[in-house]
Amino acid sequence: MGQQIAYRLLLSVPVLLGVLVFGFLLLKLAPGDPAMVVAGPSATPDVVEQIRKEMGLDQPTLVQFWRYISRVAQGDLGRSMINNTSVAEELALAMVATAELMIACLAWAVPAGIAMGTIAAVFQRGLIDRVVMAFSVAGVSMPVFFIGLLLMQYLGYKWQLLPFLGRGGPLWTLEGLRHITLPAMTLGFIFVGPVARMTRASVLDVLKADFIRTARAKGLREKTVIIRHALRNALIPVVTLVGLQAGYLLGGAVVTESIYSWPGVGRLAVGAILASDMPLAQGAILSLAIAFLVINLIVDLLYGLLDPRVQHR
Amino acid sequence: MSVLVQEKPDTSVQATATPLLSVDGLKTYFKTSGGLFKAVDGVSFSVEAGKTLAIVGESGCGKSVTAMSIMRLVPEPPGETVAGSIRYAGDELIGKSRREIEDLRGAEISMIFQEPMTSLNPVARVGAQIAEGLKRHKGMTDAQARERAIEMLRLVRIPSPETRVDEFPHQMSGGMRQRVMIAIALACDPKLLIADEPTTALDVTIQAQILELLRSLQDKLKTAIILITHDLGVVAENAHRVVVMYAGRVVETAPVDAIFSDAQHPYTLGLLASVPRFDDDAERLLTIPGSVPHPAHMPAGCRFSPRCTLATSKCTAEEPPLRSVASGHEVACWLAPIEKHGS
Repeated sequence: MGQQIAYRLLLSVPVLLGVLVFGFLLLKLAPGDPAMVVAGPSATPDVVEQIRKEMGLDQPTLVQFWRYISRVAQGDLGRSMINNTSVAEELALAMVATAELMIACLAWAVPAGIAMGTIAAVFQRGLIDRVVMAFSVAGVSMPVFFIGLLLMQYLGYKWQLLPFLGRGGPLWTLEGLRHITLPAMTLGFIFVGPVARMTRASVLDVLKADFIRTARAKGLREKTVIIRHALRNALIPVVTLVGLQAGYLLGGAVVTESIYSWPGVGRLAVGAILASDMPLAQGAILSLAIAFLVINLIVDLLYGLLDPRVQHR
Repeated sequence: MSVLVQEKPDTSVQATATPLLSVDGLKTYFKTSGGLFKAVDGVSFSVEAGKTLAIVGESGCGKSVTAMSIMRLVPEPPGETVAGSIRYAGDELIGKSRREIEDLRGAEISMIFQEPMTSLNPVARVGAQIAEGLKRHKGMTDAQARERAIEMLRLVRIPSPETRVDEFPHQMSGGMRQRVMIAIALACDPKLLIADEPTTALDVTIQAQILELLRSLQDKLKTAIILITHDLGVVAENAHRVVVMYAGRVVETAPVDAIFSDAQHPYTLGLLASVPRFDDDAERLLTIPGSVPHPAHMPAGCRFSPRCTLATSKCTAEEPPLRSVASGHEVACWLAPIEKHGS
């Protein structure tokens, strides 16, 4: 297990390097002059030129890039150009909020999707199956912002059931839970559908397997056959899907956070890019990439737990 | 495998005692978009306690579906047992609820399958897979079931069962996995074991070991066995009685000796002739021309008539019933008893 983690971490080094290059170039190519942003609208060209020198923006791109990654390697993500705060500190706070949102989203969406998919598979072609599949198609095809606006309009604004702006505190407090409900519901909606569909297909597939016949031949109750024998095997592709969808989920988080003013990395990234706040934007992109890698690492480790054959490679 | 019988099982006991299992007029059909498949179409036989009944026939003749019908493991839909009676220890199984059948499965009637490589759950330890049935049927605790699982692994001759009990199926060979399957099937002391081609997927040497194991366990535990196979060598060495199936019907049933010495049905004769023999100089193996008819398009009259070299006009017009030709020996052929030449 430890060896597997080390190997996976080693593999993520080139990925991180790629993300660094990409994030750096993206903002280099984006319109807007960072020196002018720092100097402000009323600055004279001389002042702008001096700030450009101070920031090293007059140097060749390669030199700028080298300086950037050597700073990042030392854990220094720079300071925000807008409010001169430490990027690392801002990100640390934002990452907690985003992690909360992710956990709250996965905590309901994955079990709900698995339960729905399993029930749909067991009652294949029945009414429940149709309802579940219709629901999951709706979940997949409706854009996040639309679901977000709907929930906000009705549950939040019209019926005043739940707060819909900002974070109410840590997840374990009542206010924290109340505030996270709508964003987590919104983000979860895009996740339930694919998980339910994959679980349904996977359970249907596993139910045809020879070992299911063996389990039935033992006289086990059908419920036991499905939960203990079919589901455990069926979850392996579902875990893969959750890993693959993690990127999608992070993208959804950017939108969801913006709608609900959730103080997470996604909203931070959007704000930083719109304000041409280069260090903050680069930091946000980097941390989203790290989040993606961490989710994939967790998925890989889950494989080992679900499927004993994986550990022996 | 060698066909020559070394040790004849005792066949003198006729069906006088109440059979453990009797199947009568069993019909299991599959409704598919291609039509109605009459996979099993009026099959009758019985098995006595402690004896082995072999069901033989080509692929697709309905052997496995017969076995699955007894266990009620035929997938419904598309399959359905539409008629017939299955009596186990005098108790009618057709019409019992699914839960009642589940109580019998594994406890009274067990089954082992053809595919040892895929018949075990890949993500569960073998010990847990044996223990499961014990906890379900015998109400054992985890510790008791584990003890019994180790005992069962020892019984099926798996070396160092104390460590093997915690292994996963992928850590075992095919032969080992089939032993585990046998351990699962016999863990709750069932009175009837259905073995559906238990050795077909295994190496010849392993085949012999598994069959020898089944024989010795039968002696020890007095389990009745329904052995489904297409291997007549296996039949000769293991069975007391034989049922020959063709296209969903029984064409001949007899004590094992009679099948090898006095087969009456042209299909049985064909099967016997197509077994390789070492005491014969024939260059080519005999084959039965043609193949099993498609279950949706059964020929009129005797189902074997299109492939039968002896078929007459009566054979293609009217289906022959099973008729007794000797004590315990029944044949479904208009020509029986036939004159035999040579042999």
